[in-house]
Amino acid sequence: MGIVERKLPDNALTRLVDKVVNWARRSSLWPMTFGLACCAIEMMAAGASRYDFDRFGVIFRATPRQSDVMIVAGTVTVKMAPVLRKVYDQMPEPRWVISMGTCANTGKNFNTYHVVQGVDQIVPVDVYVPGCPPRPEGLMYGVIKLQEKIDRMKVFRK
Amino acid sequence: MLERGVVEGRVSEDLMRETLKTKEIWINMGPQHPSTHGVLRLVLALEGERIVDTEVVIGYLHRGMEKLAESLTYPQFLPYTDRLDYISSNAMNFGYVLAMEKLMGIEVPERAQYIRVMMAELTRISSHLVWLATHALDIGAMTVFLYCFRDREAILDLFEMVCGARLTTTYFRIGGVANDLPEGFIEQAREFCKVFPKKAKDYDDLILKNRMWLSRTVNVAKISAEDGLNLGLSGPSIRGSGVYWDIRKDEPYSNYDKLDWEIAVESGCDVYARYLVRLKEMRESCKIVSQCLDILEKTNGPVMGKVPKVIRPPEGEVYASVEAPKGELGFYIVSDGSPKPYRLKIRAPSFANLISLPVMIKGHLVADVIAAIGSIDVVLGEVDR
Amino acid sequence: MDEEKEKKGKEASKETPKREVPQEPQVDVETLPLVRRVKEAKGEFIDDVSYFRGEITFLVKREHILDVCRFLRDDSETSFDFLTEVIGVHYPQRDKPFEVVYHLYSTSKRHRVRLKVRLAEGEEVESVYPVWRSASWYEREAYDMVGIRFANHPGLKRILLPEDWEGHPLRKDYPLQGPEGYREEWLRSHCASTNKL
Repeated sequence: MGIVERKLPDNALTRLVDKVVNWARRSSLWPMTFGLACCAIEMMAAGASRYDFDRFGVIFRATPRQSDVMIVAGTVTVKMAPVLRKVYDQMPEPRWVISMGTCANTGKNFNTYHVVQGVDQIVPVDVYVPGCPPRPEGLMYGVIKLQEKIDRMKVFRK
Repeated sequence: MLERGVVEGRVSEDLMRETLKTKEIWINMGPQHPSTHGVLRLVLALEGERIVDTEVVIGYLHRGMEKLAESLTYPQFLPYTDRLDYISSNAMNFGYVLAMEKLMGIEVPERAQYIRVMMAELTRISSHLVWLATHALDIGAMTVFLYCFRDREAILDLFEMVCGARLTTTYFRIGGVANDLPEGFIEQAREFCKVFPKKAKDYDDLILKNRMWLSRTVNVAKISAEDGLNLGLSGPSIRGSGVYWDIRKDEPYSNYDKLDWEIAVESGCDVYARYLVRLKEMRESCKIVSQCLDILEKTNGPVMGKVPKVIRPPEGEVYASVEAPKGELGFYIVSDGSPKPYRLKIRAPSFANLISLPVMIKGHLVADVIAAIGSIDVVLGEVDR
Repeated sequence: MDEEKEKKGKEASKETPKREVPQEPQVDVETLPLVRRVKEAKGEFIDDVSYFRGEITFLVKREHILDVCRFLRDDSETSFDFLTEVIGVHYPQRDKPFEVVYHLYSTSKRHRVRLKVRLAEGEEVESVYPVWRSASWYEREAYDMVGIRFANHPGLKRILLPEDWEGHPLRKDYPLQGPEGYREEWLRSHCASTNKL
């Protein structure tokens, strides 16, 4: 979007263009599989037969370069944190983060010497999904919430 | 120099090795890699595409469980054991409660024993299904993944019936289980036992004789029984090397000695043998579950033994181990007579199994690393604790 | 509030009548075949034998652990071919504050045994890597968590924690959340771009 991003006046035309862009973005959210712990299994279950995430246009990618959203599924430890940040930095803009599960949200049930107390200390988070681990439905709700958030984003207009 | 080595227009292999010497290169694999089953990191030294040396780097999921245990009371630590090997949480519970019961000398009622065995075996099936799904997906068989996850949901539904959670169940208690089986459970479990052998046949149809599957697994990542034992390999991985060792048979705990089943052993020593062992184990587990159901249907009784309100074990130390889906899971508990453990050490099967990975993959191609990791079935929550 | 609760809990636990712990059947340790065999061959290296809940524990002299282990593996009566784990335990109140615990299992004889070695601060124990290669990781973990040093280990370094970590978490004087601010400081110094947040 480069130079025109958030520069154009807010009128009916730009609103429509924004709507089209947002529709495209939210309908094919490709998450990067950042499976760390228990939640990763529920994330896999969400992508598999019964819950079938493909319906939402959510197709898991294994590389940060091809993905729009990072689902941090599991406990983020101190040793893992630099890696997580590096992977996040490799993702192209626009990018979003879903923090899945209590460990990633706050870290509180593992408040020990080697656990980061909340992934938001390392990367900015858009949606928090509570649960230990959240059910696949919970993750689905999180993705829907993220889609709603994307719908409200301003792309071209000021 | 080249002229000397040219024999009938071809350069001899010796000379090629001499003049076209390739330098060893080091590549990094993980910790963020889709096929390392979590956050395992390998540093591989390659000569061409052959692996000459491997360094396994772990600890990316080290949550300090053992330290945490020292600050919690004994029953409080129980839910944390679920998060060790999150695919088979009941088996983890089982190891912990057995150690506690051994330490305190608690008797567990008969009905609870059968429920425990049944839940542990259902867990074994679900764990092996996740293993088969991811192992096959790594090697390239996507369909198996979808089939396995579909069937696993049936087991998770059963778990949900008894305790309301899918993964982290915390259904076992020190001295028994949390509550009796709910209404309708036995019928649904029986239905599962009836259809599961047919489902297992589906997996066989998909990959058992598949030529591509065979070429990726047969004679790959071999390890002899002697090496395996010396390197700490246990569970289905060592049974794939022909070692007749299953804790459920050799040191029967709970009610395993009263049930009729066989140990799955294969002598191929390779990835394929370990695959066959786990497939057979799933069928045997299904057999155990239906036997337990027969007994549970007819009998009735308490599911909780006599346990004091405040759990304060006597001074001493015990080690108790169970056959978890990955191998020997042991809990070593040192008690100083207070309600909190003085020291609690978890003998995690995946941690020990991972030691033999560098030996297994030495001399193999890079692509075989994936198959080897899949075949020893590591779960990083348990490796790092 | 919490204190009150704790107090109440303590009182309640005092009130509950002491439950009878089932008495162990009295076993004369010396008569057990395994103990007899080990005492016969390596008696001078064993300081003490104990028996609790069906488990035999040998307290081995520090200098001779490798010798005893090699005997236990190679002797046809014991044949412990599987090292289950190596554990470091910290007892700060003792003269010799560190204890290394070895659990052995025999896949042919189907029996288990526990060995113990006690160490004073700064003392090293011989690595059992020449006997069981799996010891390399177990001992690295004991070093990482408790800070026990193993002599002649093929590569003694941290295994779970990052290599530049300071302190050994499973020592009793190490706080659960780590030293004040250490975790956060480590993060700040290692994810440089986090500062932008």
